[in-house]
Amino acid sequence: MTVVATVGNVLVWAVWVLAAFACLGSGVAVVSFSNPFYSALALIGNLGSLAVLYLLLSSEFVAAAQVLVYAGAVMVMFLFVIAYVDPRLESPWAGGPGWQAIGAVLAAAALLVEIIVVIGLNADGSLAHSHDVGGTFGSPGYIGRLFLTDHLLAFEITSIVLLVAAIGGVILGSHSRRSEEGVAPL
Amino acid sequence: MLLRRNPLIVLLSLEIMLNGANLALIAFARHLDNGDGQIFALAVMAVAASEVVVGLGLIVALNRKRVPLDVDRLSSLRG
Repeated sequence: MTVVATVGNVLVWAVWVLAAFACLGSGVAVVSFSNPFYSALALIGNLGSLAVLYLLLSSEFVAAAQVLVYAGAVMVMFLFVIAYVDPRLESPWAGGPGWQAIGAVLAAAALLVEIIVVIGLNADGSLAHSHDVGGTFGSPGYIGRLFLTDHLLAFEITSIVLLVAAIGGVILGSHSRRSEEGVAPL
Repeated sequence: MLLRRNPLIVLLSLEIMLNGANLALIAFARHLDNGDGQIFALAVMAVAASEVVVGLGLIVALNRKRVPLDVDRLSSLRG
């Protein structure tokens, strides 16, 4: 029994390390590829490894939503638009580091140090042991019950935000087509 | 996100930032055995999807007007 548990733990650790490094590597790849098409493909890998991390954190529903919404819908739209606009290539590190690049890297490093210090000061060793979660934690039923009881307002506001975004997308698309045909824009 | 001039890459980097926040939310939801973090992560996901819709709509509209896709040269808001 204990051997099985140990093997399971080692497996979980291996998957966790693999997913975490895949996540970091593909994130760096997204910002350093010169071709936006490759960047979008790397972002799909990033989202997939994040979904694996969510599964390890026993959030099955969020992982499924991540794969369906992000890797499915959003990234397909991204790839369509990238193929449509046919963007020019851009080499991100050409011409040596400018002041903006140095500033961005410094700001990111400062944020990282700040986050580590704040978490380290506040956690005070309590990060070592986490709560045991029940088997229903993160299941669709659990999420649905929370959405329809405690977080009903957030649920409804989310639906309105999505509706407004859909209307905005339609208006942005039709507006440019009309002005292209010589008709006065809205 | 600050380094790139292509608005498509800026949008992709924005997705990475939102996903980092999502990962932190879910990790602490798991750590504290509290479902609110997952709810918030799902809300962030919905907001990110709407932001991508509007951002990609803007990029397509700019491309139709033959505006160069470079955030440094997009300094005018007149249509």
